[in-house]
Amino acid sequence: MKGILVFIEQREGKLNRVSYEAIVAGQRLAQTLSQEVSAVVVGFNISDIATEVATKQLSTVYSVEHELLSNYTPDGFALAMKQAVEQLEPLMVIFPHTYLVRDFAPKLAASLGKSMVGDCISYKYEDGRLRFVRQIFQGKINADVSITDTPPYFVSFQSGAYRGDDVITDGAAPIVRLEVTISPEQIRIKPLELFREAKQSVDLTQSKAIVAVGRGIKSAENIVIAEKLAAVLGADLAASRPICDNGWLPMDRQIGSSGQTVAPKLYVALGISGAIQHVVGMKNSSVIVAINKDANAPIFDIADFGIVGDLFEVVPALTEELQKLKEG
Amino acid sequence: MKILVCVKQVPSRDAILRLNETSQWIQERDIAYEVNEPDAYAVEEALRIKEKLGGEVVILSMGPERAQITIKDALAKGATRAIHICDPKLEHLDPLTQCRVMAEAIRREGFDLLFTGLQSDDNGFGQTGVILGELLGVPSATIAMAVEIQPDGKTVKVKRELESGWFQWYELPLPASITIQSGLNQPRYATLKGIMEAKKKPIQKLSAANLGFDEAALTPKQHVEKVYFPVKNKKTEIIEGSAKEAAAKLAAKLKEARALV
Ligand SMILES: Cc1cc2nc3c(=O)[nH]c(=O)nc-3n(C[C@H](O)[C@H](O)[C@H](O)COP(=O)(O)OP(=O)(O)OC[C@H]3O[C@@H](n4cnc5c(N)ncnc54)[C@H](O)[C@@H]3O)c2cc1C
Ligand SMILES: Nc1ncnc2c1ncn2[C@@H]1O[C@H](COP(=O)(O)O)[C@@H](O)[C@H]1O
Repeated sequence: MKGILVFIEQREGKLNRVSYEAIVAGQRLAQTLSQEVSAVVVGFNISDIATEVATKQLSTVYSVEHELLSNYTPDGFALAMKQAVEQLEPLMVIFPHTYLVRDFAPKLAASLGKSMVGDCISYKYEDGRLRFVRQIFQGKINADVSITDTPPYFVSFQSGAYRGDDVITDGAAPIVRLEVTISPEQIRIKPLELFREAKQSVDLTQSKAIVAVGRGIKSAENIVIAEKLAAVLGADLAASRPICDNGWLPMDRQIGSSGQTVAPKLYVALGISGAIQHVVGMKNSSVIVAINKDANAPIFDIADFGIVGDLFEVVPALTEELQKLKEG
Repeated sequence: MKILVCVKQVPSRDAILRLNETSQWIQERDIAYEVNEPDAYAVEEALRIKEKLGGEVVILSMGPERAQITIKDALAKGATRAIHICDPKLEHLDPLTQCRVMAEAIRREGFDLLFTGLQSDDNGFGQTGVILGELLGVPSATIAMAVEIQPDGKTVKVKRELESGWFQWYELPLPASITIQSGLNQPRYATLKGIMEAKKKPIQKLSAANLGFDEAALTPKQHVEKVYFPVKNKKTEIIEGSAKEAAAKLAAKLKEARALV
């Protein structure tokens, strides 16, 4: 078993850019382990994507094309990748940790009797031993995980763990087609229409300032505390997912991977822990303020200013101070 | 319709976590626990289907003795009965090995629909429902925001959340494994009557040996060597003082940083 194989994600003939982050992870690991790195594209009518990927420094780009792979299904992709892995016998298969990968990669690994290490943020190589770093407990704690099984190893990296811009280019990798056999009855799941929900009524992407509430606010009635702060700041109100799930604020106020992505001048996070799915939606804000009673909350990793304390005491005081400033 | 719902007990979100003596996990003593968030939505979705179409909702949980509280809460909400896989040998398993154990219990039970949450708050594997589908030989769909059993009773339509605001409907033949995303319904609270009734509902306890897993079958495929608090990369300026003092300092700093608009 040798070589590192990077799974390139495409959907409807469009390359998902996070695939480049996975290539970077692959290129780094290949260097660490003195291995070659190649990539695999799965789908139908994907020659443009394979050609684009081949411009990166890779030993080979494999293309797995089949009519039954034209629409993504977990059944189809797991079957195709299983055959690719069996033919290529790589040491390691690397994925970007996307919704599509979450949907089929654990199935692929299990079909080969392997246990995948998912959603890693980095790796370490010391004394000839490889460990992958994953976040546990919602990003509050990191874990160094080693694989105690035989290869192939299946590993996915969280989006943002590597920078797509760091991909080594100047490649002219040969494109090699891999044959796979899939029959229609093996695809049990039928993809139907792809759609977006009705247009959102608030556009937070244009906000200059945002006050966002998280579960630390405890109940719908308490949101008024945040509203008062927002009013004095001239800010829009937003929320983490659980607040919208609970129906305390409408869905279109949600920030994060399944909500809006914003970059205001000021983002004030109240009682938000800072889970990666929230942070991806707001990390590019110019000034980030976090008020949280847990000093270890991951939100403090990205905040410019932080107050470790009870928001029910701090927020009214802050509102008052800002009001004073405003009145000069 | 027989629906099996996997429910995990995890440290409550507010719990202040400490590392254990060997720094291989957290200290499990002296913290509060609660149901893993999406699992609560999975239970609610299952109950609604049962109320509409009849059948039963069976809760499956693997975890220590304390998980009984979480199991009983699901029973109090209306689940029919429960299976509790409880054995110290089954703690801290890798995703595949954990699923092999759970799959064995599920296979013996049988089901039309298998629900799991999309991710656990503690391990955060995000893999369980998909692996269970594979091991049990049924199709799977992840990150469900709606689940609709079709009139033929043989297929289910699932609205999957995709990235950046996209969704897609999928159709799967039953039996199927579906991972549930938070927010697809409003979970109910247990009623007093429900809590009383739950006392009489059966909870079947299973061990590794009951399920035919010896030490060799539980050989880990992954090993958590060390856990630790992440080092913060960004220099966050933590503002100290009483709530009032800190608030005043912060207001001044924001003004200075021209962050006030
Ligand atoms: C596929 C997927 C997609 C997701 N998409 C999104 C998304 O788009 N947006 C999103 O936000 N999340 C999303 N999530 C959920 C995300 O993982 C977290 O669960 C969520 O962001 C947590 O919200 P929270 O910080 O409000 O709650 P918690 O994690 O419960 O944090 C509450 C915080 O409040 C603090 N607190 C409690 N009481 C007080 C007090 N009195 N004073 C001060 N602080 C207090 C606590 O210390 C804690 O840090 C997604 C998850 C998945 C798996
Ligand atoms: N020990 C367990 N007992 C019951 N259900 C579990 C267990 N571990 C995981 N699950 C289920 O699998 C889902 C995803 O967990 P994970 O794959 O660990 O992120 C959870 O939301 C639960 O529904």
